[in-house]
Amino acid sequence: MKLHELSLQETHEQLSSRKISSAELTRAYLERVQRIDPQVKSYVTVSEDLALEQARQADERIKSGDGLTTLTGIPYSAKDSLSTRGVNTTCSSKILENYKPFYDSTAITNLNLAGSVLLGKNNMDEFGMGSSTENSGFFTTRNPWNFDRVPGGSSGGSAAAVAAGLAPFALGEDTGGSVRMPASFCGVTGLKTTYGRVSRYGLIPLVSSFDTIGPMARSAYDVSLVLEAIAGHDPKDGTSRVESVQNYSESLKKAENLRGLRIGIPKEYFVEGLDKEVDASVRAAIKQIESLGAEVMEVSLPHTQYAIPVYYLILFAEASSNLAKYDGVRFGLSERTTGDLMDVYLKTRETGFGAETKRRIMLGTFALSAGYYDAYYLKAQKVRALIRQDFQKAFETCDALITPVAPTTAFRIGEKISNPLDMYLSDVFVVAINLAGIPALSVPCGFSNGLPIGMQVMGPHLSEETLLRIGHLYQSQTDWHTKHPPCW
Amino acid sequence: MNYEPIIGLEVHAELLTRSKMFCGCEVVDSITAKPNRYICPVCTGQPGALPVLNRKAIELAVRVGLALGCEIHAESIFARKNYFYPDLPKGYQISQYDQPLATDGKLLIETEAGIKEIRIRRVHLEEDTGKLSHADAHSFIDYNRSGVPLLEIVTEPGLRSPDEAKAYASALRAILRYLDVNSGDMEKGVIRFEANVSVRKTGSDQLNPRTEIKNLNSFRALAQGIEYEIARQTEIYSRGGIVEQETLGFNEAAGKTYSQRGKEDAHDYRYFPEPDLPPLVLDADWIHSIRTQLPELPDAKTKRFISDFNLTPSDARFLTSDLSLAHYFERVAASSKSPAKTVHSWIAGEFMRNLNDSGASIGDVTLAPESFAQLIDMVTDKIIGGNAAKIVLTELLQNGGDPAQIVKEKGLAQVSDESFIQEAVTKVLNDNPSEVEKYLAGKETLLQWFVGQVARATKGKADPNVTRDALVKGLEERRK
Repeated sequence: MKLHELSLQETHEQLSSRKISSAELTRAYLERVQRIDPQVKSYVTVSEDLALEQARQADERIKSGDGLTTLTGIPYSAKDSLSTRGVNTTCSSKILENYKPFYDSTAITNLNLAGSVLLGKNNMDEFGMGSSTENSGFFTTRNPWNFDRVPGGSSGGSAAAVAAGLAPFALGEDTGGSVRMPASFCGVTGLKTTYGRVSRYGLIPLVSSFDTIGPMARSAYDVSLVLEAIAGHDPKDGTSRVESVQNYSESLKKAENLRGLRIGIPKEYFVEGLDKEVDASVRAAIKQIESLGAEVMEVSLPHTQYAIPVYYLILFAEASSNLAKYDGVRFGLSERTTGDLMDVYLKTRETGFGAETKRRIMLGTFALSAGYYDAYYLKAQKVRALIRQDFQKAFETCDALITPVAPTTAFRIGEKISNPLDMYLSDVFVVAINLAGIPALSVPCGFSNGLPIGMQVMGPHLSEETLLRIGHLYQSQTDWHTKHPPCW
Repeated sequence: MNYEPIIGLEVHAELLTRSKMFCGCEVVDSITAKPNRYICPVCTGQPGALPVLNRKAIELAVRVGLALGCEIHAESIFARKNYFYPDLPKGYQISQYDQPLATDGKLLIETEAGIKEIRIRRVHLEEDTGKLSHADAHSFIDYNRSGVPLLEIVTEPGLRSPDEAKAYASALRAILRYLDVNSGDMEKGVIRFEANVSVRKTGSDQLNPRTEIKNLNSFRALAQGIEYEIARQTEIYSRGGIVEQETLGFNEAAGKTYSQRGKEDAHDYRYFPEPDLPPLVLDADWIHSIRTQLPELPDAKTKRFISDFNLTPSDARFLTSDLSLAHYFERVAASSKSPAKTVHSWIAGEFMRNLNDSGASIGDVTLAPESFAQLIDMVTDKIIGGNAAKIVLTELLQNGGDPAQIVKEKGLAQVSDESFIQEAVTKVLNDNPSEVEKYLAGKETLLQWFVGQVARATKGKADPNVTRDALVKGLEERRK
C-alpha cells in the first residue's frame, strides 16, 4: 500500500483505526515532496517542522479519540496567498519574500481545528495574476503530466501538488478561474466556491469582490470533505455568508442518480477557438450525465462576450488598491538605502513587483482616475450586473450549467507569456462565474495528447451540494480522475 | 471695493466608541497610551486582514445626523480613498463618498446680526489614520489611533466670517458633547477643522477659486487661519491678481497659512466602493429608536432655561454652550432659594473668573453645587456682603470647605450695627480730608469710593446700604 494513493476517506480510516500514524503519513508525503518536487516545483515553502509537530498532535488526538474529524492527521498544502502564522506567505512575490504573518487565515484556522497537517505553501502567479504560474516571482511550476507544459494558474502549484501526489488535497483560491483552470490542466477536481461561502479573512486579496477559497483534490467526494471543514460564516469577514453549511459528503453517499436535474448547455461556450478534442470530451461527459437521468437543454448567456473585458477592468481597479499596502513601511521588502519616503515607495515597488503586476497596477490606477471612472470602472460594474442577470435567467430553467473549463489543454511554458492578451483569453470560460459570484466545479473528463481536459459544472449561489453530486456521480462512472501522471 | 468671504467647514470628530471602527482594538488616549500597543492585523493593514463594521460607531453617527436634522439614508456605501502615506497602513482610507450616511442638515448659530442657519451638506463615517512623529532624523509611526472612528461633518459654504466659523464650530462641539459622542477635548485632537475659503466682490454671485486650510486644531487657530486667508486673498484681488486653488497648512505660532499642494499636485483619490464591506443598510425602526433617545440639545435647553428660569436669551445661551456648565447651573439653581438670575450672575461672573484665573475648566470643579447655592443664599439673606462672598467663593474653589464655616473663621459676617459702621465711616472721613473736600465741591461720584474704603476697613462686613446712608450723613455734616 502506497500511502499517497489513498483517498481522503481511506486515509481517514487507516488513521482512525491506527493502522498508520499521521507522523508516518506526513513523513511519506514530505519524502515525496523532497524527491519529486524539484522537478514539479509546486511548493515555494515546505513547512516540515510545523508539519511534523501538527502530525504529532494529530496522533495524540487520534489516540485519545477526542474531537476526531475526517481530516484529522491528514496533510495538505495551501496556495501561498493564504496567511499562515509563522510560515512564509509570499503570494509568490519578491515583495513578500520573507513575510511571516502573525495570524492564520480563517480557512487555515478551520483546518487546524480539524487537525489537518500543513505540508507547505504552493507556488502561484504573483498575487494571483496569471494563468500559468509563469508570473511567479520565484519560478514556474511544471505540469506533472508534461514538464514542458504549464500547470495553469494562478493556483498552479496547488493543482500540480495534488496531481503529482505531493499532497492529498490543497487549498486553492479562485479569482477568475484560478482553481478551475489549473485543476483542469492538471487533471484534478477543483471547486470554486460561492462568493462568501468560505471566509476570506487572511486570504491576501487580488480582487476582494471576486476572491474565493476552494478545495482541490482527487475527487468530488474528497472536495466535499474539505469544503465541510473550511466553509461557514465568519464574523471577521463582512462579506461572508451566514447560511449554515450542508453535510455535503453525507449527501454524496446517498446520491444514486441525477433524475429530475435540469442541465443547461450555454451555446456561447461552444464556439470557434474551442479545441476539437476538448469539445468532444466535454460533450461526451454531458451525454454521460444525461445517462444518469439529468435532462439536458441548450441555454443562452448573451453577455458572455463582455466577461473578459469587464472582469479585467474590475480586477485592475481593485488590485491597484489592494496592492497599495506593499510600500516598504511595515512588512515585506523595504528598499531604504537612500533617499526620502518617495524613494522608499518607488524602489520597493519597482524591485518587489513583477512586470505583470506592475502592468495591472498601472491599468487599474488609470481606470479609477478622475474623468475615467465612469467610462471604465462604473461601466464595467453595470455590465457585470447584466452578466449576473444572464445566469439568474438561466437558473430559472436549469439547476446547473456545463461548459469546458478552458478552450485548450495545458499550453507550453513560454507560449503565451510574451502576449498578455492571449494569456487573458485563456480565462474566457471561467471569469464570468466570478462576476456572478456563483460556484463552479472543475471535473476531469478526458485527455488529449496525454494532457487532461476538464469540464466546468456551475450552479446558482450556494448550490455546492448539487455541483458535487453531479461530479461525484459522474466520477462513479468514469475513471478520468483516477489516472495519474508519470511522476506519480 | 469691498470683498466678502465664502467659507465652508469640514469638521472631523473622533467618536467615543470602546473599540475601533473596523476591528476590536480598544480606542485609547493617543497622547498618553504607549505607542503601538492597541493594534491588530486589521488596523495595521496586514495582508489579508478584513474590516468589519462597528455597530456602535454607526449608532453614534446616526445620533449626530439626527441631532443636525439630517436625512439618514437607509443605504449608504463605504468607499476607498486611495493615497500613499506612512500613517495610512492600507494605502487607502475607508471612508464614504457619493453615498454618505446622512445629508442635508442644519445648525443654528448666534451672530451679531442674530440667529443664522448654517446648512450642513453631509455627515459621513470614516477611519482615523495613525500618528507620525519625527526626531533625530527618524520618523516614528504610532498606529494606536489608526482605525479610530471619525465622523466628518461638512457644511455648505454658508459661513461669512471667522466669527461665524468659530460660532459654528463651538455650537457643533457643544452638540457632540450633549450627544455624548465626543469628549470635546480639543487639545487632544479629538475635533479637527479644515476650512475652505474664497472671497469675492460683495454682492457678486461669482464663485472664485477656494483654498483649503488644513490642521486647524483649535477655535483660535480656526478663526486666525480664516482671518489670515481672507486678508491674503483680498489683497491679491485688490491688486488685480488671481488666487490659485491650493491646499494650505496653518502655522499657529506665526498666525499664517502656507502652501502645501497646488492644484497640479492635488491628490486624485480614485474613490471606489469598498468591496470588503457590504452596503450599510439601516433599519427604519432602529433609526427611530435612536431618535426617541436623543437627549435635550443646546437649542431646546436654551429655550427651557429662558422659560423656566426667566433668563435672557444670551444668558441662557451662555450657560447651555457647554453641557457641564448647564448641568452645574441647574444643580446650583435647584438647591438655591435665590432667583435663577442671581445664580446665573454668580456663575457667569465670579465663578468663571476664578476658573479662568486658575486655568481650570468646568470639569475640574469639585465644589458641590449645594455649597455654592448656600453661599449665594447667604448673600441674598444679607448674612454676608457681596465682596465677602467673592472671597469665600475663591476659598471654596481652591480648598473646598463649608461656606458658613469659612465665613465664621474669616469673620466675614455682614454687620448692620450702626455704631460699628459709624465708627468706620468717621475714621475714613477723617483720614481722607482732600477727598471729602472734592466731594463737597461737587464731585459726588466719590461716594462709591468712600463705600469701598469702608468695606475695606471692615473687611467687607459692613452692609453697603447702611454704610452709604452713614457716609452721606457724615459728609453733609461736614458741609456745615
